[in-house]
Amino acid sequence: MTAPTTADPALSTPVSGAVETRVVSHLHPEGSYDPADHEVPKGLEEIWRFTPLKRLRDLHKDAPLDGHDYEVDLDVAPEVQAGSVDIDDPARGTSTYVPVDRISARAWEASDRLFKVTVPAEAVASQPTWVRFRGNGAEKAGAGHVVITAEPFSKATVVIDYVGSATWAENVEIVLGDGAQLTVVAVQDWDDDAVHVSHHHAHVGRDASLKHVLVSFGGDLVRINASVEYAGTGGNVDMLGLYFADAGQHLEHRLFVDHNNPKGRSRVEYKGALQGKDAHTVWIGDVLIRKEGVGIDTYESNDNLVLTDGARADSVPNLEIETGEIEGAGHASTTGRFDDQHLFYLQSRGIPEVEARRLVVHGFFNDVIRRTGVPEIQARLLETVEAELAKHVGVAQSIASEA
Amino acid sequence: MSTLEIRDLHVSVATEDGPKEILKGVDLTVKSGETHAIMGPNGSGKSTLAYSIAGHPKYQVTSGTVTLDGVDVLEMSVDERARAGVFLAMQYPVEIPGVSVANFLRAAKTAVDGEAPPLRTWIKDVNGALDRMTLDKTFAQRSVNEGFSGGEKKRHEIAQLELLNPKFAVLDETDSGLDIDALRIVSEGVNRFSEQGDRGVLLITHYTRILRYIKPDYVHVFVGGRVAEVGGSELAEELEANGYDKYTKAAV
Repeated sequence: MTAPTTADPALSTPVSGAVETRVVSHLHPEGSYDPADHEVPKGLEEIWRFTPLKRLRDLHKDAPLDGHDYEVDLDVAPEVQAGSVDIDDPARGTSTYVPVDRISARAWEASDRLFKVTVPAEAVASQPTWVRFRGNGAEKAGAGHVVITAEPFSKATVVIDYVGSATWAENVEIVLGDGAQLTVVAVQDWDDDAVHVSHHHAHVGRDASLKHVLVSFGGDLVRINASVEYAGTGGNVDMLGLYFADAGQHLEHRLFVDHNNPKGRSRVEYKGALQGKDAHTVWIGDVLIRKEGVGIDTYESNDNLVLTDGARADSVPNLEIETGEIEGAGHASTTGRFDDQHLFYLQSRGIPEVEARRLVVHGFFNDVIRRTGVPEIQARLLETVEAELAKHVGVAQSIASEA
Repeated sequence: MSTLEIRDLHVSVATEDGPKEILKGVDLTVKSGETHAIMGPNGSGKSTLAYSIAGHPKYQVTSGTVTLDGVDVLEMSVDERARAGVFLAMQYPVEIPGVSVANFLRAAKTAVDGEAPPLRTWIKDVNGALDRMTLDKTFAQRSVNEGFSGGEKKRHEIAQLELLNPKFAVLDETDSGLDIDALRIVSEGVNRFSEQGDRGVLLITHYTRILRYIKPDYVHVFVGGRVAEVGGSELAEELEANGYDKYTKAAV
């Protein structure tokens, strides 16, 4: 699971005599804007091997991305600007992101409008900004491009809410100026037939603080890459995730934290539950600590709770370290079933089995829900967890709410 | 007036070499108002008895009966037994991440009573029970047993005993791992419970130490999966002086 690399690039040079000028994380090849530079994946590639390509509706090949069957509702904080702008807007590309796979490059090329959210310098948003994206059909594939910018010393929360039905390829750029504090929450609450492949990339300014939250409940196939790099020293990143896969669903989250600057901090915490036949979740957590990343502190964890037979959770943390001069680096991954001892303890106090299971699942998710820090989202997540539980675990007669 | 009656109870656990019989015909009757101590060496099956009464799925009852006022307990699920009035204070309470003590206690009380406790008095009751166990109020916001010290776990068990107030309490080595102060606090909690007059206590212990604080009406020496001898509290004193040798040798 751990993939340590040598500190000296020369030592990792293949025997064949090839010369590498820098160590490049093997999971993260150089990007390109040109789809032609990305071969059509066959499914054996490291970055594709967990994804059921057949269900991608040819997004990874050449499916036209000209669908526009969607609508966007906005509820924007008065201090924040948000709306659709020309695709050539200078904001595009400001995260320094370069597409790392074919779908991302195709979405970059095909998107014809840019959705832009800007928090002006030193502005403090008085409420979260909500962007609700509703897909009205999955027949025609479409492509989107979002740029969220928190200018220096601003503070805001932006929620993107994906509902309805769509086949959607997308890039989301997140840019934090120096000292900015930004929370970005993306909720994949799609209908059952949606396919959503997205790449989030964040560029975190000096001493800026990003809380990035991915919540995936709906959709037939959801695959989201979320990568972070630091524009200067002292950046602080929390990446939280919560997912709940039902029968037949494929929910994949691929995280990459690139500690390319000193004194950065990153925390990755993803929690998922699975239930039903062929429910499949994938979590890839890559952290690269480059030579420049001295004094950084990182920890990533993924926990999966398998509620029924027939579900599968893949969880792969990777830590690549090129400097030992760091504060800390660690990772953890667990995948388990309901713990019979938990159930026995709760039942031995008179709590019926269904209610006991609910308590354990809520307990499992509680901390990560609380840490999202957005009350509206917290309430909704609790409700959604409840609704998901009702499908397999059953509805308890009494529902113990938060005391 | 209630009676918990155990008759010729045989219990096995699954092992790699097939089922292994742990309890080999246990007879025991506990009536409300009585405190019974079950004392025995390690491996005698004391904890198996406790878990079998509570219904832990690991333990297979092969024959015999457990009844509560004549009603078959073995037919009941774990939670039904608790709602019928049997409480097990565990030797090693498990940690349940993310489930707060407050939520847990309320869910348990609601289940046992069949209705949610009135909010105002309930909070007072919880705080009072925690306070009597010298657990401060912030304890209610912590996750169940998570990061609790050994002593805190045991005091938490006894706080539950007070709040749920069952007909019968089975205390499985509640005294193990407690320092003298915690032992006294826990014992006082058990005594408050039994002083109600109409509650039964089955106190399982390896040591006689706790019997300085909790006075049993009966002492059962438990060896080799069955009760080897029954006596009054004087039997505990004899065990303190002479140990279990006499019984373990007889059992072999």
